[in-house]
Amino acid sequence: MTYSLNVDGKVRQADVEPGTPLLWALRDSLGILGPKFGCGIGSCGACTVHIDGVPVRSCATPVEKVGAGKVTTIEAIGDTAIGKKVQAAWTELDVAQCGYCQPGQIMSATALLTKTPKPTDADIDTAMSGNICRCATYTRIRAAIKLASGQKSGV
Amino acid sequence: MADGTDISRRHFVQVSAAAGGLMLSFSVAGKARADGTTAPVLNAYVTIAPDNVVTLVAKNPEIGQGIKTSLPMIIAEELDVDWAQVRIQQADSKPAVYGLQFAGGSMATPMNWDQLRKVGATARALIVAAAAANWKVPASECTTASGVVYHKASKRSATYGSLAAQAATLPAPDPKSIVLKDPKAYKIIGKSKPQVDTAAIVRGKPLFGIDVVVPGMLYATFEKAPVFGAGVASADLDAALAVKGVRKAFLVGGGPELNGLLPGVAVVADSWWQARQGRNKLNIKWQDHPTAQQSSSGFAAQADALSKGAPLRTERQDGDVAAGFTGATSTVEAAYAYPFIAHAPLEPQNCTAHFHDGKMEIWAPTQYPDAGRQLVAKTLGLKPADITIHMTRCGGGFGRRLANDYMVEAAWIAKETGAPVKLLWTREDDLRHDFYRPAGWHYLKGAVAKSGKISAWHDHFVTLGTAGKPASSAGMATTEFPARFVENFKYDLSVIECGIPTGPLRAPGSNALAFVVQSFIDELAHSAGIDPVTFRLNLLGDQVFVGTAGKDGYDGHRMKGVLELVAAKSGWGKTKLGPRQGMGVAFHFSHLGYFAEVVQAHVSEAGDVTVEKVWVAADVGRQIINPTGALNQVQGAVIDGLSAALGQKISIEGGAVVERNFNTYPLLRMKSAPMVEVHWNITDNAPTGLGEPALPPVLPALCNAIFAATGKRLRSLPISKDQLKV
Ligand code: FES
Ligand code: FES
Repeated sequence: MTYSLNVDGKVRQADVEPGTPLLWALRDSLGILGPKFGCGIGSCGACTVHIDGVPVRSCATPVEKVGAGKVTTIEAIGDTAIGKKVQAAWTELDVAQCGYCQPGQIMSATALLTKTPKPTDADIDTAMSGNICRCATYTRIRAAIKLASGQKSGV
Repeated sequence: MADGTDISRRHFVQVSAAAGGLMLSFSVAGKARADGTTAPVLNAYVTIAPDNVVTLVAKNPEIGQGIKTSLPMIIAEELDVDWAQVRIQQADSKPAVYGLQFAGGSMATPMNWDQLRKVGATARALIVAAAAANWKVPASECTTASGVVYHKASKRSATYGSLAAQAATLPAPDPKSIVLKDPKAYKIIGKSKPQVDTAAIVRGKPLFGIDVVVPGMLYATFEKAPVFGAGVASADLDAALAVKGVRKAFLVGGGPELNGLLPGVAVVADSWWQARQGRNKLNIKWQDHPTAQQSSSGFAAQADALSKGAPLRTERQDGDVAAGFTGATSTVEAAYAYPFIAHAPLEPQNCTAHFHDGKMEIWAPTQYPDAGRQLVAKTLGLKPADITIHMTRCGGGFGRRLANDYMVEAAWIAKETGAPVKLLWTREDDLRHDFYRPAGWHYLKGAVAKSGKISAWHDHFVTLGTAGKPASSAGMATTEFPARFVENFKYDLSVIECGIPTGPLRAPGSNALAFVVQSFIDELAHSAGIDPVTFRLNLLGDQVFVGTAGKDGYDGHRMKGVLELVAAKSGWGKTKLGPRQGMGVAFHFSHLGYFAEVVQAHVSEAGDVTVEKVWVAADVGRQIINPTGALNQVQGAVIDGLSAALGQKISIEGGAVVERNFNTYPLLRMKSAPMVEVHWNITDNAPTGLGEPALPPVLPALCNAIFAATGKRLRSLPISKDQLKV
């Protein structure tokens, strides 16, 4: 089957079977390697992309469910004002250790700040607890979200 | 280490012209091999282009510990260039050139600190010599800064880039003439530098093993028996081959070695998802295997039975333990246990391999590439020299990628397939086929004398292994604390036969032993009615140093330093705490680092634990190389330890792992991550590594805080809510 997917501002053709998770259509069929694979069951957030601005786990989203939805990945989130700010905060605080979870973290954080420009700690806990960081960079992720939102942080 | 270098040997430098610039080859005289030959080694670390861009080689695997940034910082400092003019190039695995390339044991800093400073300083000396020759002035009158040589008296200057080609023709300077910088003059070392890959990471650039793409590449999945080492009885290969996109499905015979190529079934397809669909159709039947008789509950029952009898052997005996109990003011007897746990780096195991022209080319996230090369060579019957290994960034390591099982699988499958193949494990594969932190059991008796010191300590340690020998990372050194600090001390050992693969996990040994030792010390303190910090200071006593430096040495004075610091910074004994809120303290020495930590925690009546804050005091010597990276490592290690204490457990049933994915193997998440405040105790000792030693003390500090909050002593991990409910 060929699916027309609107990804990162371009319509692209993915030749995959129905039921293929969006993650694998992106990675193996379209060569968009930014979203990462961590668990395959929607439990770690490494594969997070936005569909029409809403964060989804692409490993648990069958490609046929995407339809005409606009998919944004980590590779293009920097083209949005908030995504750019979030990436800048991540860079300034040097959040990453291994870095593997960070594309997903940045996608979740950008979605949070788009909806809630000045998140409280509780907002951050809720929005970010679907993303595992095995290296446990949580202290800096929290600080970077605060920084990107123009709030003071304790770190 | 079993490697080809010894940094204490004579070094010399070889210089060569490279692409219009200077390439400095750092050479270590070959180590005499057992067969009498020597291995000549020549290392290239520094290239300076005419436009003054300096390219430095990062020799070691990057697993998130920041080594790709911190080791080149050491070279750049002594080279005396600006960090902004530096580019970093990741080395391939070339032990003959770079010596040991390895991420483990927090050893990279201590092993490379002197060597890489000399690399930088030697390159600088050559550049200066070239300038001095041009200007006909003594080299001693020349100074350098930011990649420029100056002769102040004649107001002349020249960039390194303009001198590099000429410097490359000069003879190597006498190593004895190389002067290293006074640390007070450091401009790069000790200043925070963001990781060199940060910009690429935040943009999702392909940096990791899983992102490798080779033209014509196919994708593979590999299924092994749930029972470790069991062979394939039958598999429906045709059903897998009928799935669209599947190109090959075949049995891999493998062998009995748990850390080698194991038996299983490979499915290779045009995409990974197709390979997985094919795998789902295999309907594999596995052969019987004796390990199927083993289970976590079975091990625990055996440990309990062994604890009641005489040990297999006594590993250490000091003084007279029986006498230590007579006349004691208090005694405590307790049994401690900890489970198997998994590494679960977030990037699942993967490797890309291509066998062509009789040679194997490999792209791998690995912590120990040369061990992988040896394993591939042995298993596939190739010459090590015919195996090229490109090291990719690793999405976490934690010790898991010291084993190269996934590398030998990829190499085998690629060779069978006759095309480049990327093998990728599922998370389920990863949790079920790890080299686990081994479970263990400690049966302890201790006594406190009137003086407030521990008068007797007896540990019967029951561990896992084979033929009376502890398995990998399942041993305990005879010098493990509090050995040598307690006069009457006995350590007995018994070993349970175990077929579950084990291996080093971040702070191996220590990640479990600190929990046992520092919890039991706490029990003794409370039994004697003595403040836990005071009790520990008494225990460390006045012994400045025990053992041999560089071997089993333990500096009691340094440990007291961090303990006093963490007590002061955390407001120990001065903080007013609410109901069911408590503070706990612990310390531990591992990987040459001295760490003391305090946890403040609250326990709800339902038994939910909230870690409110952690204070860390750390002594890793006189120099923190990259402060921002160091802080990140310590905070991460502490939260990693909390994650293990609060949720991690691998259970064995019928010789196989029960847990499947992150829904049943919970890792700590944002909502549970506390503030971690870190204080460095800078002491005049050689700089040592940070990836591991911050982790061990936080587990007992948390358990001790929970005791302070609730009066409940936790003697087995992970902490369960049921143990703490009112
Ligand atoms: S890979 Fe999608 S949530 Fe983990
Ligand atoms: S930085 Fe390694 S998993 Fe988050």
